Amino acid sequence: MRIVRLLTGALAAAALLFGGIAAAQQPIKVGIGIAQTGPLSGGGKAALLALRMWVDDVNARGGLLGRKVELIAYDDQTNPALTPGIYTKLLDVDKVDLLIAPYGTNPTAPIMPLVKQRDLLLMGNFSFDVNAQIKHDKWFNNAPWGAGAVAWGGTFLEAGKQLGAKSIAFMAADAEFAQNLCTGGRAIAKAIGLQNVYDQNYPPNTVDFSSMMRAIRNAKPDIVFVCSYPAESAAIVRAVNEIGVGPTVKLIGGGMVGLQFAPIMEALGPLLNGFVNYNSFVPEKTLDNPGIREFLAKYRERAVKEKVDPLGFYLPPYNYAIGQMLEQAVTATKSLDHKVLADYIRKNEMKTIVGGIRFDAVGEWATPRMVMAQFRGVQGKDLEQFRKPGRQVIIAPAAMKTGEVLPYDKARK
Amino acid sequence: MDLQLLFEATVSGVMLGCFYAAVSLGLSIAFGLLDVPHIAHPAFLVLGAFGAYLLGGYGLDPLVAGLLLMPVFFVFGLAVYQFYYATFERRGTDTGLRGLAFFFGVAFIVEIGLILAFGVDQRMVEAPYIGHSLELGEMRVPYRMLVAFGMALVLMGLLTAFLSRTFTGRAIKAVAQDEGALRLMGVDPVRVKRFAFGLATAVAAIAGALLIIVGPVDPGLGRIYIGRTFCVVVLAGLGSIPGTVVAGLILGVAESLVLTTAGAAWAPAVAFGILLAVLAVRPAGLFGR
Repeated sequence: MRIVRLLTGALAAAALLFGGIAAAQQPIKVGIGIAQTGPLSGGGKAALLALRMWVDDVNARGGLLGRKVELIAYDDQTNPALTPGIYTKLLDVDKVDLLIAPYGTNPTAPIMPLVKQRDLLLMGNFSFDVNAQIKHDKWFNNAPWGAGAVAWGGTFLEAGKQLGAKSIAFMAADAEFAQNLCTGGRAIAKAIGLQNVYDQNYPPNTVDFSSMMRAIRNAKPDIVFVCSYPAESAAIVRAVNEIGVGPTVKLIGGGMVGLQFAPIMEALGPLLNGFVNYNSFVPEKTLDNPGIREFLAKYRERAVKEKVDPLGFYLPPYNYAIGQMLEQAVTATKSLDHKVLADYIRKNEMKTIVGGIRFDAVGEWATPRMVMAQFRGVQGKDLEQFRKPGRQVIIAPAAMKTGEVLPYDKARK
Repeated sequence: MDLQLLFEATVSGVMLGCFYAAVSLGLSIAFGLLDVPHIAHPAFLVLGAFGAYLLGGYGLDPLVAGLLLMPVFFVFGLAVYQFYYATFERRGTDTGLRGLAFFFGVAFIVEIGLILAFGVDQRMVEAPYIGHSLELGEMRVPYRMLVAFGMALVLMGLLTAFLSRTFTGRAIKAVAQDEGALRLMGVDPVRVKRFAFGLATAVAAIAGALLIIVGPVDPGLGRIYIGRTFCVVVLAGLGSIPGTVVAGLILGVAESLVLTTAGAAWAPAVAFGILLAVLAVRPAGLFGR
C-alpha cells in the first residue's frame, strides 16, 4: 500500500513538474485582427509584415521571459462588425497573452467595450480618439497624433491661416474616423475665425467626386479640409486635378488616408503636387534616425517579396514599435499581467525605432509628432523619388519643419 | 441655386449614369434575360479591370485591352455557365437559392485569386484621357467620364441591334420569354443560354476596363457594385438594354444632383428611393413587360 502511495505521489510530482515545464515552454501568444482584405488592407498587410519582423527579431534574441513569441492574426476584412467576434476568439479560444488593436479607428471602436469590460491591456494601432469617451486605462496608441482633434486639424488649419485663409470647406467620409476628425476641425475653424462655407459628408464608396468638386468650387473656400479613406482619396485627387477647386483655394488636404501608401503615390504621381496631408514619417532630415532607416532597409527586402507597400513609411515602423513596447514592458516587469504591464507603459518612456514615446492619461502620445507635409516637385510615376527628401516637405509642426507652406496653385507647378 | 452649377451637375450625372449602365449591361443579360442570379458579375468586372491593368503594363491602352479581353472572357463565361448548369441548374427546383450560393462562391474565388496575384492595393491605369478634362467655357468634363459615356452608348447600340436583328439574339430573347416553347421548336435552350452568358461575360471585360479608367480598383471593389448594378437592372425592367441605360441615367443624374445640391450623404438614399418608387408604380420596372 505504501509503495502504491509513493508511486502515486511520485507520478503526481512528475506531472506537476513536467506540466510546469511544458507551460513554461508554451509560446507567448500575441493576438491581432487586422485588415488583409477590404479598403484598409493595403496598410494592414504592411503593418502585419512589420509585426512579423518584430516577432522574428525577438525570437532571434531568445524570445520573452525565455519563451518564444507567437503572433496570431486574423483578417478583419476592414469590417468593424467582425472585430468583436475576432477578439473574443483570440481571448477565449486562442487564449492569447497580449492584444494588439486592429489597424484603424472604425475596426477598433467596437472592441473597446469588450477590452474595458475584461480590463485588458490593448496596444492601439493608428486609431483616432477611440479612447476619448471610454477612457480605458490600459489603452496605448502607437499613432503619433496625440489626443483630440487639436493636434491634428490644428496644425493643418494654422498653415491655412499663415496663407491668409478666411473661409473653409469640409468634405468627409461618412465613417467614424473621418467624422471624429472633421468634428474637431470644425471646432478649431470656428475658434480661429474661419468661415465655414461648405460642409458635406459623402457616403463611403462614392464613385465620382466631380459633382462635389464643382459645389466646392462654387462655394469659393480658401481651405478645403478633406477627411477620406484610401478608396476615395485617389479619386478626390483626380477630381481636383480634372475639375479644379477654384482659384481661391490656398490649402487642400489634411486627413486623407491612402496618400501615404506607395501604390497610390506611384499611380497619382504629379497629381499629388500641392496637396498638404498628415503623415507619420517622411524621409526628411528632421525625422531621420538610424533605427527607422535600418528597419526600412530590412522591410524593403521583405515587402517586395510579399507584395506589400514597398515604401512602408506610414504604418510599418509604428507597428514594429508596438512590438518593441511590449518587449520592453514584459522584459522590465518580468510579467504578463496586464495591470503590471499597463502601469509600466504609463510611467516609463518607451524606446522604439520611431523615437521615445510617453503616454498621457488617455493612452495617446503626450508629445504628438504627427507631421503635415506638402507634396512638391513630384515628377512622373517613379516610386524611388519618394525615398528622397524634398518630395514631401514638412510644413508643421514647427519643431520638425523643413519648409514653409506654399499656396496650392504655386506648389503644384 | 446657380443654374450653371445645376447644368454642370446634370452633365456630370449623365456621364456617371452611362458609366453605371455600362457596368450593368452584362448583368442585364445574365440576370434580366437568362434569370441567372449572377451575383459574381461585379467580381467579373473587377477581373476585367485587372486584366486591363495587366495589359496596360505592356503599354496597351485600357480600352484596347478591354476589347482584347472580350473573346477570352466570352470563353470563360461559356465555361462558368456550363459548370453552373451541370452542377446546379439541371439538378434542382431551388436553382435561385443554389445559384446565389454558387455565384457568391465564384465571386469570392475571383476576389481571393486577384489578391493572391496582385496584392490588396488599389491599382490605376494610365491613358491620355485620364487626369485631364474637356473645357467648355467654365465647365470641365473629365475625359475618362466621356469615354465611359461613349462606350456605354456604343455597347447599348450593338447589344440592342444584336438582340433584335440576329437569329441568335432573337433566340436569347425567346429563351427569356419561354424556354419550353423554344425547346419544342427544336432549339437547345441550354446552348442559347450558354452563349448569352458568354456574351454577358465578354461585356463585363470591356466594362471592367471602364471601371479602372473611371477610378482606382482593388480586388474587393466588386462588393460595392453588387447593389448598384442590381439596382440599375431591376429599375430598368429585367433584360431591357435601352432600359438599362435609362435606369443608369436616372440614378447617375439623381446622385450627381443630390451630391451637388442637397447633401452628399443623401445620394444613395435618393437613388434607392427612386427604385422603390418606380417599383411601387411599375413592379416590372421601367421597361419591363
